Amino acid sequence: MRLTVDGQSFDIDADPAMPLLWALRDLIGKTGPKFGCGIAACGACTVHVDGQPVRSCSLPLGQVSGAVTTIEGIGTADRLHPVQQAWLEEQVAQCGYCQAGQIMSAVALLDEIADPSDADIDNAMGGNLCRCGTYPKIRSAIRKAAALKTAGL
Amino acid sequence: MASVGKIARRTFLIGAAAVAGGVAVGYYYYRKPFPNPLEADLGKGEATFNPYVKIGADNTITIVAPRAEMGQGISTTLAVMVAEELDVGLDQVKVEHGPASYAYYNAAILEEGGPFAFFDEGMTAQAVRSGLGVVGKFLAVQATGGSASARDGFDKMRQAGAAARHLLIAAAAQKLGVAAADLETANGSILHKASGKSLTYGAVAAAAATMAPSAEVRLKDRVDWKLLGKPQKRIDMLAKVTGAPIFGIDVRLPDMLYGTVKMSPRFWAKPVKADLAKAEKMPGVIKIVPLETNYGHGFGIIAQNTWAAFRAADAIDAQWADPEYPLGSAAISDVLKQALGTKGSAMRDNGDVDTAFADAPRERMVEADYAVPYLAHATMEPMNATARFSDGALDIWCGNQAPTLVRQLCANAVGIGQDKVTVHTTFMGGGFGRRTEMDFSLCAALMAKETGGRPIKVTWTREEDMRHDAYRPAAVGKFQARLGDDGMPVAVDMKIASPSVIASTLRRLFPSIPPVGPDKSIVDGAYDQPYTIANYRVSGVAAPVSIPVGFWRSVGSSINGFFHEGFMDEIATAGKIDPVEMRKRLMAAYPSAVKVVEKVAAMAKWGEALPAGKAKGMAFTLSFGSWVGEIVQVADTPAGIRIEKVWIAADVGTALDPGIIEAQLISGAIYGLSAAMGQQITFADGMVEQSNFHDFDAMRIFQCPTFEVAILENFHKMGGVGEVGTPPAAPALANAIFALTGKRIRTLPLSTMVAFA
Ligand code: FES
Ligand code: FES
Repeated sequence: MRLTVDGQSFDIDADPAMPLLWALRDLIGKTGPKFGCGIAACGACTVHVDGQPVRSCSLPLGQVSGAVTTIEGIGTADRLHPVQQAWLEEQVAQCGYCQAGQIMSAVALLDEIADPSDADIDNAMGGNLCRCGTYPKIRSAIRKAAALKTAGL
Repeated sequence: MASVGKIARRTFLIGAAAVAGGVAVGYYYYRKPFPNPLEADLGKGEATFNPYVKIGADNTITIVAPRAEMGQGISTTLAVMVAEELDVGLDQVKVEHGPASYAYYNAAILEEGGPFAFFDEGMTAQAVRSGLGVVGKFLAVQATGGSASARDGFDKMRQAGAAARHLLIAAAAQKLGVAAADLETANGSILHKASGKSLTYGAVAAAAATMAPSAEVRLKDRVDWKLLGKPQKRIDMLAKVTGAPIFGIDVRLPDMLYGTVKMSPRFWAKPVKADLAKAEKMPGVIKIVPLETNYGHGFGIIAQNTWAAFRAADAIDAQWADPEYPLGSAAISDVLKQALGTKGSAMRDNGDVDTAFADAPRERMVEADYAVPYLAHATMEPMNATARFSDGALDIWCGNQAPTLVRQLCANAVGIGQDKVTVHTTFMGGGFGRRTEMDFSLCAALMAKETGGRPIKVTWTREEDMRHDAYRPAAVGKFQARLGDDGMPVAVDMKIASPSVIASTLRRLFPSIPPVGPDKSIVDGAYDQPYTIANYRVSGVAAPVSIPVGFWRSVGSSINGFFHEGFMDEIATAGKIDPVEMRKRLMAAYPSAVKVVEKVAAMAKWGEALPAGKAKGMAFTLSFGSWVGEIVQVADTPAGIRIEKVWIAADVGTALDPGIIEAQLISGAIYGLSAAMGQQITFADGMVEQSNFHDFDAMRIFQCPTFEVAILENFHKMGGVGEVGTPPAAPALANAIFALTGKRIRTLPLSTMVAFA
């Protein structure tokens, strides 16, 4: 099976029923997406498939229909995505474990709605749990990211 | 100074480790410094000054922050303490967790372990406090907990930075042939102003490290602080926004295998029958091995990948022995209620409570029964550890809150000396007390014996994690008050029954040591509050239920904050006194407490009329040395009750990093609100009924209120910050719901009585 992840192509020999998350983490070493629940209830494993946010813990490999983007594919330490930049400036993370998933959901939200309302944020981010309670900063970071993106930074 | 032996013989439990460590070592041992663990592992050109500072010839400055980073920002704050005195910027240093070592013992974690309230500064209290600090060093627990890391590090880490700087200056003076007094430091360099000559720290580090440290170094005055006291950029933030592999679950080693565990869903029970054949034959499964630890019994699944291991664990068909505790929640709660009927030990007993109640007229009495459920920690990152056992040596990688204990217990489990065990402590995807436990490390260590030397990463499913916790214990409480003519309480009697966290922890960690004496954590947050009431008694009873219970963010205060402050609100209502006003009067002897209450009330505009369908509630808890008041505003909406806004005022004594402190206070409050709104762990057939976030959820972003926080520094001692936001959250919410609906809810979670939007 061939899988495109973060612009790179991988040959994978695995059961098509294996969830995408475990193929990413164990087989090709992409540890950005995290395991939190395995039942699409926490959002820690969120990646994009053709730009759409999906919970990779609950998507069987055999059903992956497009190019996969993980947190490692949207920006790097010296070329941060505006959402990552905003996260850094707002000092969002505490333990940080949920944040790759949060950021991937936020990137998808801002790609769809450039200037989201509070309700848009609630809708897009409600599936991403944060046990450390960073929600107030997530909200302000999304606003900041929206501004950064509109300014073309 | 009370002798350690005397303290150990006292009949209260001062923390599992303290009791467990054996206090036979002489007092001299306390005076003798531990060897510097960094000396064993220096890079080329690197010099070390003490266990906290390494400087390379290339001027790479490494600070060791030996407390576990689980989101609380401690690695940043500890590094700042050293950097401040070393005169370097935070961006100039590398920060490492460092090795597991007794040199990094946490003394402050035990200092508040004695039966004295934080504000009690009497002779006995002070003697025991410093005695317990000594115990901390004796047992040399390198632990992260008790909101104690900043307090423990505050002097040690600053002195480490100052001592290193002192030596660097001395070495530079020698090299330049000038007087040390004429040298200045800034940004990792030493400057001789008169000649304009300068040297980097790195250029003199090797020479400086050979010089004898001077006995006295002067620490900066607070007014000279450049970094401390101001919000800093967290050193871990970039890694955390780029998805860097920093967590235990991200460890990858050459030739690594993967695994998971399936432990008995009935605690302590052994399998009576198990059919492994189906699971063993599944693709990707290498081997299934029995596991036996002090935490329980079950199986370890060794596989080619985590998913294969998960599936095989599911396919194991096992029957487990009957549990030693009652099968279901109702029967467990009966045991607690029975315990409540027995005589407890009073940790606070002012005046003469029995006499005060003897002739109390009915209409002056307030009585209430309270209850809270078991709770799981549910850290975002499920339990996991990676282990490699080869050539008689064990390496273990995991996020953990007590590396020296991991080393000791894993060494025992695999049957090697502690010197053959290396613990690599990673960042943690949440701790909240769960990662003080040893189960995930022990399982990985035992499984690593079965892989022919290959490393194995053992990841628990969320279901396994939820069903094998050391839970926040359930508790019940009986409360009564007698009101005076003015409506103020003249007598209060509080009795709380709960399984003992300390006894339970001892059984898991050091089963050979019998627990003795009452467990103070049963009444923490109730007996030690800054209220003056003429007749005031708080007693606790340990209830005999052996479901594993452990340290859950704010421990006893997570229970008693709700009990004490819910009941105070009831007293105010019965006495027809405003709850803020009543607290101010009862707290008059404790100005720090009064100022916190006044501040939070002012922020929330307490007393101003609210539109219909909105209401506020307040609560106050002193815990871990910090005085915290919270006010919650709720609104009635068609979808249910919505938590709109939370105000927090906290007196932490000295605020080392206001940004991190604010984040921690909010985090603690959300943690407490999450539990109060909807969390409970229940039992049926001897097993936990909940399994994942669908039936043990936490607050989501769409439920999250806005926050306003004030940090005060009135009290003369520093308090903790990691846990102190949690205790007042539940009672402030319940009190707000009472104000909104007239419904007094005395049992958590609140969702059994009201719906939340
Ligand atoms: S791990 Fe996929 S949603 Fe939780
Ligand atoms: S930052 Fe810890 S779970 Fe979100």
